[in-house]
Amino acid sequence: MDWLSIFQNSFTQMVGVAAVVYCLAALGLNIQFGYAGLLNFGQAGFAAIGAYAVAVLVVTAGWPLWLAILMGVVGAIIFGLLLGVPTLRLRADYLAIVTIAAAEIVRQVARSVTLNDYLGGSDGITGKYAADWYALNPFDGFEWFIFRFSKNDLWVVINGWILVAIVALITWLLMRSPWGRVLKGIREDEDAVRSLGKNVYLYKMQALILGGVIGALAGVIFAMAAQSVQPDNYSTTLTFYVYVIVILGGAARVFGPIVGAMIFWFLLVFISEVLNNAVRGGFISSDILSTDQIGQVRFMLVGLGLMLLMIFRPQGIFGDKKELALDER
Amino acid sequence: MSAESTDSRQQAAAAKQVLAGVDPVPGVAKPDAIFRGDSIQRSFGGLVAVDVAHLEIQRNTITALIGPNGAGKTTFFNVITGFDPPNAGTWEFEGHSLARKPAYRVARDGMVRTFQLTKVLSKLTVLENMRLGAQDQRGEGLFSALVPGVWRRQERENTERALELLKKFNLTHVKDEFAGALSGGQRKLLEMARAMMANPTMLMLDEPMAGVNPALTQSLLEHIKELREEGLTIFFIEHDMDMVRDVSDWVVVMAQGSVIAEGSPGHVMRDQVVIDAYLGAHHDVALTESGESLTRKADA
Ligand SMILES: Nc1ncnc2c1ncn2[C@@H]1O[C@H](COP(=O)(O)OP(=O)(O)OP(=O)(O)O)[C@@H](O)[C@H]1O
Ligand SMILES: [Mg+2]
Repeated sequence: MDWLSIFQNSFTQMVGVAAVVYCLAALGLNIQFGYAGLLNFGQAGFAAIGAYAVAVLVVTAGWPLWLAILMGVVGAIIFGLLLGVPTLRLRADYLAIVTIAAAEIVRQVARSVTLNDYLGGSDGITGKYAADWYALNPFDGFEWFIFRFSKNDLWVVINGWILVAIVALITWLLMRSPWGRVLKGIREDEDAVRSLGKNVYLYKMQALILGGVIGALAGVIFAMAAQSVQPDNYSTTLTFYVYVIVILGGAARVFGPIVGAMIFWFLLVFISEVLNNAVRGGFISSDILSTDQIGQVRFMLVGLGLMLLMIFRPQGIFGDKKELALDER
Repeated sequence: MSAESTDSRQQAAAAKQVLAGVDPVPGVAKPDAIFRGDSIQRSFGGLVAVDVAHLEIQRNTITALIGPNGAGKTTFFNVITGFDPPNAGTWEFEGHSLARKPAYRVARDGMVRTFQLTKVLSKLTVLENMRLGAQDQRGEGLFSALVPGVWRRQERENTERALELLKKFNLTHVKDEFAGALSGGQRKLLEMARAMMANPTMLMLDEPMAGVNPALTQSLLEHIKELREEGLTIFFIEHDMDMVRDVSDWVVVMAQGSVIAEGSPGHVMRDQVVIDAYLGAHHDVALTESGESLTRKADA
C-alpha cells in the first residue's frame, strides 16, 4: 500500500477542481433547497447551461470569455424563469418534477444528433476555452506536503475557491438580512408569510434564479478547467451528488456546502485509492473485487456512510439538532 | 388607569350607539362600513361552504362572527383574504375592490388575518417571527439586503416595536426561543402579536382565544378593546359566547354558509333563528341568561 500517494491524491482532490465545481453547485442548491425549501432537481441543467455557453460562444463562435460567462448567467436566469413561472405557484413537488425533466431535456438537446454541428453531440466540445485566462497564471505547479497541483489546475483552484468565498459571503449577507428571513419563513409555511403581506412567489423566483446562476457558474468553471464539455457530465447524477453534499454539510448553513464538498470528494477519492491499492497489492483478492468495479463500490460505501450520518447526525455536520427536533412536535 | 377605562367605555359606548340605530337584520347596511361583500360564494364539490348575499362591517368596531361548527366562518375568512378562490362574489375594503387579489396584497392593504390552526414559523425565533410581520422593510429587497447600512436602523425600530408587543402578549421571556418550542396557547398569542406587527387597519382573528388560559384571555380582551380605541377595526371568529358578549359591538351569525342573523350581542343571543341554528331543533332555551349552556351544547 502506497499510503503517501493515497493521501496525496485524497487531500489534493479534497480541495481540487471537482470539489470547487460541486461546492459551487451546492452553494446554489443550498439557497434553493436549504433556505427556501425549493426542491430543485435540475441543478445539472443550470450547470450545463453555464458550461455550454462558454463552449459554444468561446470555442465555436470566438467570443471573449467574460461575455460568454455573462451569457451563461443570462441563460440561467431565463432557464429559472421558464421553470419557475409555471410551477412556483403550485405545490412544492411540481417544481421537483419539472426541474428534473427540464435538466434531462437540456442534456438530451446538448447530445442530439441534429444539433451536432453546434453542440458537438455526445462527444461535446473540446478546444481552447480560456487561453487568455490561463495565460494570466503567474504560478508554476504546486507541491507541498500532501498537496499536488499541475500549473493549470492550480490556477483553476485558486480562482475557484475565491469565487466560492465570494458566493459564500453573499449568501451569509443575504441570510442574515430581512430578505433571508422571508425566505426561511417561506420554507416553514408559505401561507403565514403571505398573510403578512410578502409576495411569496417573487421570493421563490429570486431564490430559484439566484441558486441557478450560481449553478451555472459551477458549469463555467467545470468547462474552463476541463477545456471541454461533455453532455453526460450533466446528468441527474450530478444533481444527486450536489444534494448529498448539501445534506452532508447541513442544509441552510453557509459553510455546509463547502465542508460537504470537501468531505465528499475526499472520501470518494480516498476510498477508491485504498481499494485500488489493496486490489493491486493483493490484499483483496481480485475474485472479490476487480479494479474496474471500484468506481461503483466507492459510491456504495459513500452511500453507506451517508446512511450512518443520517442515523447518528441527521442534521448534517453543521446543522442544529435542536432545530431538527422541532419538526417532530 | 381609571381614566383609561372610562375612555375605553366611552369609546365602546360610541360604537354601540352608532350601531344601535342599525336594524338587526342579515345584510343590513352600516353607516360607515369599512368592508362590503356581495354574493360571495364558495363551494367544495356539492357542498356550499359559503353563500353570503351581503355583509358590511362597521369601521372602528369589534365585530364577532359566530356560528356552529362547519358553518363556513373560516372559509369566509379565507375567501375575503385571498387564500381561497371564490366561485363568485365581489368585496371591497375601504372603498376599493379586493376581489381576486392575491393574499399578500390583501394584507398590504390592511386586512391582516390569523389562522384557526396557528401558523407560527417554527424554526425562526419568536422575535424573528415578529420582525417578519413588519411592512415595507427596506432589507427585504434582494439587492438592498446585501447592504446592511440600508436597513439596519429600520430593523432596530421594528425590533423595538416587536418587543413592546411581545410584552403586551406575555411573550417577552421566550423571545429568543424557536417559535416551534412554544405551547399551543403561546403560539396563538404570537400569531396575534405578529399580525399586529403588520399594522393592520382591520385585524381578523380566527378563534384567537382557543387554548389561551382564562387569566390571559381577560388581559387580551382588554388589549383588543384598546386596539379599537387606537382606531382599528376588529373582525373575529369565536365560539366562546361570554367573550363575544363581553367584547363585541356587533355579532354576525353564520349557519350553513349564509348569514342568518346579525345585531347586538344581546339581540342575537335572544334570536330564535340563532338558537335553532346552534341547537338544531326547536328548543325553548332562554339564550340571554344561559349563554354558557349554549356554548357548551354547541361545542359538544
Ligand atoms: N378545503 C376544503 N375542502 C372540502 N371541504 C371543505 C374545505 N374547507 C372547508 N370545507 C367544508 O366547508 C364547510 C365550512 O368549513 P369551515 O372551516 O369554514 O367551518 P367553520 O365555520 O370555520 O367551522 P369551525 O367553527 O368548526 O371552525 C365544512 O363543511 C367543511 O367541511
Ligand atoms: Mg373555523
